[in-house]
Amino acid sequence: MAVQSDPVRVQSPGQVTADASRKAPRPSAGPGLLSKAAPYLLLLPAIAATLALLGWPLLKTLLLSFQNMNKRQLIQHITEWNGFDNYKEQLTSSDFWHTTGRSVAFVLVNVVLIMIGGTLVGLLLNKLGKKMRLVLSVGLILAWAMPFVAQATVFTWLFDSRYGVVNWFLDKLGWHGMATFNWYSTQYSTFFVIILLIVWGSIPFVAFNMYAGLTTIPTELYEAARMDGAGSFKIFSSVIFPSLKPFFLGTTFLEIIWVFKCFTQVFAINNGGPERTTETLPVYAFVEGMGNQHFGVAGAIAMLTILMLAVAMVYYFRIILKQEDEL
Amino acid sequence: MRRSFLGRSWANAVAVVLLVFFAFPVYWMASTAFKQNNDIISKTPVFLPLNATFEHFSTATHAPQFWDMVRNSFVVTVTSVLASLVIATLASFAVARMKFRGRKTFILVIMLAQMAPWEIMVISVYLIVRDNDMLNSLVPLVIFYMMMVLPFTIWTLRGFIAAVPKELEESAMVDGCTRPQAFVKVVFPLLAPGLMSTSLFGFITAWNEFPLVLVLNKATGPGTAQTLPLWLTSFQTTFGDDWGATMAASTLFALPILILFLFLQRKAVGGMTAGAVKG
Repeated sequence: MAVQSDPVRVQSPGQVTADASRKAPRPSAGPGLLSKAAPYLLLLPAIAATLALLGWPLLKTLLLSFQNMNKRQLIQHITEWNGFDNYKEQLTSSDFWHTTGRSVAFVLVNVVLIMIGGTLVGLLLNKLGKKMRLVLSVGLILAWAMPFVAQATVFTWLFDSRYGVVNWFLDKLGWHGMATFNWYSTQYSTFFVIILLIVWGSIPFVAFNMYAGLTTIPTELYEAARMDGAGSFKIFSSVIFPSLKPFFLGTTFLEIIWVFKCFTQVFAINNGGPERTTETLPVYAFVEGMGNQHFGVAGAIAMLTILMLAVAMVYYFRIILKQEDEL
Repeated sequence: MRRSFLGRSWANAVAVVLLVFFAFPVYWMASTAFKQNNDIISKTPVFLPLNATFEHFSTATHAPQFWDMVRNSFVVTVTSVLASLVIATLASFAVARMKFRGRKTFILVIMLAQMAPWEIMVISVYLIVRDNDMLNSLVPLVIFYMMMVLPFTIWTLRGFIAAVPKELEESAMVDGCTRPQAFVKVVFPLLAPGLMSTSLFGFITAWNEFPLVLVLNKATGPGTAQTLPLWLTSFQTTFGDDWGATMAASTLFALPILILFLFLQRKAVGGMTAGAVKG
């Protein structure tokens, strides 16, 4: 959205409206009423689609969370309201809190690795010569462009217990115990593969944005810092970081939201196993809902997850809106 | 900025390591797809598929319903992207060019919609679609993918339209065009890059979507409405240890996106970062 590097936005919305009011008389504006209605007519399809296609599932999730809806009710089309029972059940269940804690830790680990990795790769792209930069960019794009399901399939193959190249490599390095290690047999090793997969697939986006942002910093700033005898770290903390603060804040929040919502990679690697120990909140809601046919309970988990997301989003949008004002 | 030779070569060395890290999984997928079976399951990995075979691609393309899935994926993707382009062009013109009450609210809603937690709402989408007797059909996929792509498309096109100087439109209107005519004749042709990068993004979103199709279109067999991501996961289960075929299937599935991306590299990166959305 409003990341520093935005090459498209030439005018901020504020400027656009200011412009419009200055040049008030429009040639052939048509009858007053119609031209007043024009923007709303143009927006109508978009608004209708959003209300129907996004608003409805949201509302449905909310209603569902207050219902006792299991396989029987689903098949017989019965609506049984049960008030806050689903919420009470979840908020007092250790499974829910374990999954929540796991999700939060999962988001933290991923986002920290993605942001640090992406920043470093972006800095490197900026430092490289033209040819090497192009070569590395192609590598990054390959990882970035891979569809999530294909990514997960490839990682399953890389970490295959018998023929996986990772186990062979670790064995060659001298860690012979890993020769036939089954990565999907324990919680931590499964998470290791999932996190590696997500970080691998997410760094390119951050790196490209970071690189684009770096190219907007005037060289004089670096030179001045260098004259003052600043080293690489000092240059980063006193020139780069302050200049790209909006980028860092914006991208971090986007990644938090994306990783928190992430379903495909977590599910495709090992369906939340072994023994449901790698279920994050979206997967937990899915397994409770589709797997165990506890749709009402799943609705409550979904609503609680959406609430947590909303908190992150409010924070993110405040930053974005502030940025818009500053432009 | 002057860099020392040593600094540059150090950076190059790191770049090579990173290149291997990012490109290797993709290379390993593609190369496994071409390897003979005894090379795939050899004790020492074969890094270059010297005696290449197309056998695995043939296994993948001859798998039941492969071509149905390809067709379904293309139909769903193209239809949903086109629908969202039409709706978004109208809306983004209003947002970029007109002054009206509720403009800011609309922008805020679009930004929120862009973050919509589809992954978490799959259960309710499933119930809605089931209650309307539309399970195992392509129609709900088209409709919901259109919605997933719409906010980003509006947001990005808004930027592109705002970048077209108003004066161009105004002079066309002085020359006797109506406002819609001025838009179609002047602004629309200048939107080509914007339309391209938004449709690329839409294509990727729809082509990749997995959670929704996973709950909506479970039915297998002839005439099913599954798409390639779902096919790929079931292929992996069905073909189990046949890694050659599985990697060939993954390659075939990823190929259109990889080609699009590499082909449109500049625009893709610019457009994607402009909208800051990947899925």
